[in-house]
Amino acid sequence: MKILVAVKRVIDYNVQIRVKEDGSGVVTDNVKMSTNPPDDNAVEEAVKIKESGKATEVIAVTIGEEKAQETVRKALAVGADRGIHVKADGILEPLTVSKLLQKVVDKEKPDLVLMGKQAIDDDCNQTGQMLSALLNWPQATFASKIDVKDKKLEVVREVDEGLETIEINLPAVVTCDLRLNEPRYASLPNIMKAKKKTIDLLNASDLGVDVSPRIQQIKVEEPPKRKAGIKVASVAELVQKLKNEAKVI
Amino acid sequence: MSRESMEYDVVIVGGGPSGLSTAIKLKQLDPNLNVCLLEKASEIGAHILSGNVFETRALDELLPNWKDLNAPVKTKVSKEKFLFLGKTKSLSWPTWLLPAVQQNHKNYIISLANLCRWLAEQAEALGVEIFPGFPASEILYNEDGSVKGVATQDMGIDKDGNKKDSFEPGMELLGKVTVFAEGCRGHLGKQLIKNFNLNKDKNPQQYGIGFKEIWEINEKNHEEGLVMHTAGWPLDNNTYGGSFMYHAENKQVFLGYVIGLDYKNPHLSPFDEFQRFKTHPAIKKIIEGGKRISYGARALIEGGIQSLPKMYMPGALLVGCDAGTLNMPKIKGSHTAMKSGMIAAETIVDHIKDNKNLSIYEEKFKNSWVYEELFRARNVKPSFSWGLILGIIFTGIDQILFKGKLPFTLKHKHADHETLKDAKDMPRIEYPKPDNVITFDKTSSVYLTGTNHTDNQPVHLKLKDPELPINYTLEKFDEPAQRYCPAGVYEVQNENGQNKFVINSQNCIHCKTCDIKEPSQNITWVTPEGGGGPKYGNM
Amino acid sequence: MSVLLIAEHNNKELRPFTLNAVTAAAQIDQDVHALIIGNNSEEAQKALAALPLVKKVISVEAAHYENFTAENFAPVVIKLSENYSHIVSSANTFGKNLMPRIAAILDTSQISDITKVISSDTFVRPIYAGNAFATVKSNDSKKCITIRPTSFEACESSGGSAPIEKAEGVEEFVQTKFIKREEVKSDRPELGTARIVVSGGRGMQSGENFKLITDVADKLGAAIGASRAAVDAGYITNDHQVGQTGKVVVPDLYIAVGISGAIQHLAGMKESKVIVAINKDGEAPIFSVADYGLEADLFEALPQLLAELNKLNTIQK
Repeated sequence: MKILVAVKRVIDYNVQIRVKEDGSGVVTDNVKMSTNPPDDNAVEEAVKIKESGKATEVIAVTIGEEKAQETVRKALAVGADRGIHVKADGILEPLTVSKLLQKVVDKEKPDLVLMGKQAIDDDCNQTGQMLSALLNWPQATFASKIDVKDKKLEVVREVDEGLETIEINLPAVVTCDLRLNEPRYASLPNIMKAKKKTIDLLNASDLGVDVSPRIQQIKVEEPPKRKAGIKVASVAELVQKLKNEAKVI
Repeated sequence: MSRESMEYDVVIVGGGPSGLSTAIKLKQLDPNLNVCLLEKASEIGAHILSGNVFETRALDELLPNWKDLNAPVKTKVSKEKFLFLGKTKSLSWPTWLLPAVQQNHKNYIISLANLCRWLAEQAEALGVEIFPGFPASEILYNEDGSVKGVATQDMGIDKDGNKKDSFEPGMELLGKVTVFAEGCRGHLGKQLIKNFNLNKDKNPQQYGIGFKEIWEINEKNHEEGLVMHTAGWPLDNNTYGGSFMYHAENKQVFLGYVIGLDYKNPHLSPFDEFQRFKTHPAIKKIIEGGKRISYGARALIEGGIQSLPKMYMPGALLVGCDAGTLNMPKIKGSHTAMKSGMIAAETIVDHIKDNKNLSIYEEKFKNSWVYEELFRARNVKPSFSWGLILGIIFTGIDQILFKGKLPFTLKHKHADHETLKDAKDMPRIEYPKPDNVITFDKTSSVYLTGTNHTDNQPVHLKLKDPELPINYTLEKFDEPAQRYCPAGVYEVQNENGQNKFVINSQNCIHCKTCDIKEPSQNITWVTPEGGGGPKYGNM
Repeated sequence: MSVLLIAEHNNKELRPFTLNAVTAAAQIDQDVHALIIGNNSEEAQKALAALPLVKKVISVEAAHYENFTAENFAPVVIKLSENYSHIVSSANTFGKNLMPRIAAILDTSQISDITKVISSDTFVRPIYAGNAFATVKSNDSKKCITIRPTSFEACESSGGSAPIEKAEGVEEFVQTKFIKREEVKSDRPELGTARIVVSGGRGMQSGENFKLITDVADKLGAAIGASRAAVDAGYITNDHQVGQTGKVVVPDLYIAVGISGAIQHLAGMKESKVIVAINKDGEAPIFSVADYGLEADLFEALPQLLAELNKLNTIQK
């Protein structure tokens, strides 16, 4: 089995983002970037499946500007075998990304595509589902457990009602929840070794996909500041307000 | 699991200006050298904090075509001001009366973090292997006692010291020469200075704590290229310190404060002095209506040549402020740090190729302009131990009339941890509450640094005696760690009538002030798990 | 052009967030048609038809729609989509799973998790976990939208009588097989999705004292949260942590007890609908974001709160 894992470069989750004064977006210059956290879980799962003997190759792919390659390097350092970097600049919508990934899938013919359930920058939660739709493959989103069976996966999904178990035939797309596993560290010796692994370079423009955005970002603002409410004098008054005024209990 | 090891010609610890300049110079002198550089921050630049008005002298020598290479050195200083602050008044000091070392018209306002990011790109293009996120936590020695290299921190250790499932052992990096470039109060540099007795016959090292905030201000208050320094209020005559305000690009000002860590009053809170300073009418009018976008703090070296340790030892060199090459009256250390690294690189190439002893580093250093600069600057800082006014008068004579060539050298008498007086004998200081517009508290400040350390790892601020803070320091000095720490790491909490010393190590912004100022030297800063600490952007 | 709303249900009744989605749909265009795909879902169809804002119900029934798999639902929606300008569902796991599968086939760039309708093509949505809000305009002719349920009120649930039309389904997608769904049988809701969260901070002074929080939470059917300070002090495990390095929660009611309200904590809860702060320090920053502040000793206030709640006849769950 061959596994393709998609990874995205985003602003590090510890960094307090700052909205640009002109409302054109958030500041990204000289801001620490990292791999999208649930994508780390996807890489970890792929490597685990390979370590269990059920996969033969793990390929990490990213789509984005020059520096997006760092995320592929990191995937290589924790066990992916080789990498692909599809170079594309500017805002890439999930629809575009899934079309580009479809081209990579056509070329690489993986049995399984893994990725994080959602990117922590645009919070869209679309790419995995879109890719599986374009390929007409089964999808398992928000996976918190993956069992590889013969030509099939049994996947436990985190849904609002609780846990849902489904069985999907391969090839398939699975998007990973943070609860799926604990990603390992990229150790220094493995980072050194990863420098020798190959990363194939592709250009989005060569793949025949129109990458221009369909959604126009009009402005980006800070969330509205919350105002202080009232002070209540007693617990009884508090309960009364919550019941009759705010109507939340 | 045992540690893997890897041999290099040169191993460099620390990706600041000195370490990166060492790396670049090495590869320029001999492209065949294998050079690796370790950095504890998650990326190069993320732990760098500096004013910074940059003198290009070292950069001109290292990469003469830096302009063509698009170095982030763009905003030339266009105007200078020096103010003496009273509580509400300010007095402008004519710039022609400033010593030459404090004149900046040829210099640039830069972000040192961004310069380091750019230097790292240059180094990597030359073939230097850079590994961010890997703190060197341990010095490795050969049997003959010489330095063999360093080991990186183990990863995946829980708070009790046990291995987690994710455990990954550290790695040994062995070099023919190891260069320590950790910056001020490097935790390995400190061990080397002690082990090799490098500070024998030297004055005790002197430190300061520097704060920096970046503000985006109103266009009408912004004057790109303006450099302003102040002395005086809110500090008293006996406390050494002052402010800087640099008007950079994009309507930003770099606003900061430096306070000598030889202050005597344990009630003093450097952080709150800085916050209070911003409420001075001369300062407030500039930042009012603006927005604070970054915060950080870092200890810096102030001891100068008198306190500069020997910088070589068998198998290793100290460069930059891991030794202490900052020029205090100039308030600049980047160019001297870079130059010290370049000299180290020349020394190493002579050592590896021609088998010359590493001791030639000292000779090369003494013949360089760095030494000349530091020698002339040597009497300024100690003169301020007489107070601000006498210090200024002496400095005028020393720097303007004699250009630093007076035939004597003043001494630093005490280490900074020895200077605190008993809390009961010193006046308490009431600091105003933050208004969350101009002034802020420590927690919301730390928030801007992006600081984090992964949960469940050992506390990286080690107490030699865990009982001492409550049993002794609290009583005698009102536990000053609560105040000198710029990140609110240390708290004394009263729970059910019992005092408890709390260390919020996840807030630590790696400034090292506690390691320096703790009166009993009871706190030791060690490296946390890699990638922890602040994530500074343009600092 | 009309809006096609995809209803979420369990074949017997509507899932509550469908009502919020209907409100959002009606803000985009008054002509809201609700699509219900299921198996033996008559009851839910009726409930849908009773919503006054719904102009027409379209029902698609087949055995393979029993378990709401996106692979089976998407082709049905696509088949019916021709007459609609907007396709809308709520941004919970049902809608998140389904909508992109529809959007990709329709070749439209989906707009996820909107919190506000500006016009029929312009919407506001949170990005960076709610640390910024983007106003976006879709240039696609057909728009696929998921809505954040807590940002829209639930619509009126009775009084309507929309006609129910039947439509044909599509052949089953056999590559995906539903096996089971387990409702998580915890006495306590998940912190991330709970309607009410009661959180304790360092003011709790010990792990044992969290019992006071637990009692109130039990009564309210609430999840238990904590500030980082309380976690670091060892009062409670870090899976309860709310804030910058913990979970971001957006409950209807957030009760912060003995929490000073450092910005790191506020980052994790300030989007809550109603915030209550109980703290004895009247100057604590938490009061600056609280809708209702009670300046009191928590060790007295929490038992009183429990007693007052016990007096109530009903408590919303």
